[in-house]
Amino acid sequence: MGTAITAKNLTKKFGAFTAVDAISFEVREGEVFGFLGANGAGKTTAMKMLTGLLSPTSGEGSVAGFDVYKQAEKIKRNIGYMSQKFALYDDLTVRENVRFFGGIYGLRRREVLDKTERLLEELELQSVEKQQVGSLPLGWKQRLAFSVALLHDPRIVFLDEPTGGVDPITRRQFWEMIYKAAAQGVTVFVTTHYMDEAEYCDRVSIMVNGKIEALDTPGNLKQAYAAGSMDEVFLRLARG
Amino acid sequence: MQAIKIQNITKSFGKVKAVDNVSFDVRPGELFGLIGPDGAGKTTLFRILATLLLPDAGEAAVLGFDTVRDYVEIRRRIGYMPGRFSLYQDLTVQENLAFFAAIFGTSIEENYHLIQEIYDQLKPFKNRRAGALSGGMKQKLALSCALIHQPELLLLDEPTTGVDAVSRKEFWDMLDRIKALGISILVSTPYMDEASRCDRIALIQHGRILSLDTPDGLLRSYQKPLLAVRTASMYQLIQDLRAYEMTDTAFPFGEYLHLTTKGRVEEGAVTDFLRSKGHEKIEVKQAEATVEDCFMALMQ
Repeated sequence: MGTAITAKNLTKKFGAFTAVDAISFEVREGEVFGFLGANGAGKTTAMKMLTGLLSPTSGEGSVAGFDVYKQAEKIKRNIGYMSQKFALYDDLTVRENVRFFGGIYGLRRREVLDKTERLLEELELQSVEKQQVGSLPLGWKQRLAFSVALLHDPRIVFLDEPTGGVDPITRRQFWEMIYKAAAQGVTVFVTTHYMDEAEYCDRVSIMVNGKIEALDTPGNLKQAYAAGSMDEVFLRLARG
Repeated sequence: MQAIKIQNITKSFGKVKAVDNVSFDVRPGELFGLIGPDGAGKTTLFRILATLLLPDAGEAAVLGFDTVRDYVEIRRRIGYMPGRFSLYQDLTVQENLAFFAAIFGTSIEENYHLIQEIYDQLKPFKNRRAGALSGGMKQKLALSCALIHQPELLLLDEPTTGVDAVSRKEFWDMLDRIKALGISILVSTPYMDEASRCDRIALIQHGRILSLDTPDGLLRSYQKPLLAVRTASMYQLIQDLRAYEMTDTAFPFGEYLHLTTKGRVEEGAVTDFLRSKGHEKIEVKQAEATVEDCFMALMQ
């Protein structure tokens, strides 16, 4: 299997402050990679560099085969992105949102129509296709947002706290969508504050003060830190 | 006198019943948790208790005062931390705190003992504008501002949402210390693992209370047969157990899957079924219910 994401000593400084401090890691194709860390540890800055939104200060990085310095626009076209804070337009209908994002990613009209039908059927959203997204329950919105992030068939999808605030059943249904995408070969790069979700990842990295302090499978991390759960591993590491 | 007494409160927005005939009490000195997902009605209830919203029906008393008639008395005596960061972003940490103290006719010095422990962590940033603080620091400042007039009751609406696991734990440690000062606390959260930190909890969804109990009481009330299952492939395990004739529900819970069954099923029977499906490294054992198991059972 190939490599979906490579970071080598990737660094970002803001003035005298080093937000991301020489992080190095690889994410394999089709892997579910959990990117954990306390608030302020540098996760958001790292994600911005990997999604082509922020140019690094130094180090190397490539995402989907494209360089984070020179090919940021290509990275943006070839990844999917979804965050809890922004995913869909509340005042567009379900159908309008799909069409809008299809257009943004340059899909053909015909393609957008086909994909819309398939997506509405899969998510069982046909009955609400003409409703504004803002009126839907949060769980439906999140699942729709994930499908929209995959609309242009990206090989990698970045999910920034995708399950915040949703009920326990919807949260699990969301993870089943993640598993399904991964089983189809999509690389999933995900952040979360739910430590049980860390267990669902193939591998997990934990960032502390701008550095990656630990990176391994959940099983190996628990063993290495003699911890019963990922929650314990996190509590032990996250304050540095 | 109860710290909070809620009787048959209902509130609708258009066709949506945000709070649907809810009743419960919060006892003096109690740390009471309102636990449920986004859209459950938690914030609407908080706004009614904070006298910012009128209910359609029912009544509520806060510290013995009626939320409609005596709103002035209530506002003087409670500390309210809304879900959205609501301090002045362009005032500094110090200025925000001084502002809230002044509004309530007190000073930072007078009640400094209440916030000292929290504020010590903020001190290095006291001249920074509130809008430029990190998430965890904003949360600590908001709590300091809600405490600075020595309220008798704290209303904390989702103070830990979007906050990492370590900061969440620290926040709950702070609540323990505030509780020890005799201040009653009503706190809401979507994180079900935080339930164990409360004296009593109400699980809420679609505007209705699903259960009201102590955390232990809730877990003891769980009746379904529950197994924890693990194999080499979680995704395949979910698919296969969903198709198993004895399965009621099958959901991942961390490294295990929690399986509820139609009637008692021996661990060996599940193991045999999974072996027939080609699973490896099969582990099946009795499981203790968590708050999420309870919530999911009550949702259905």
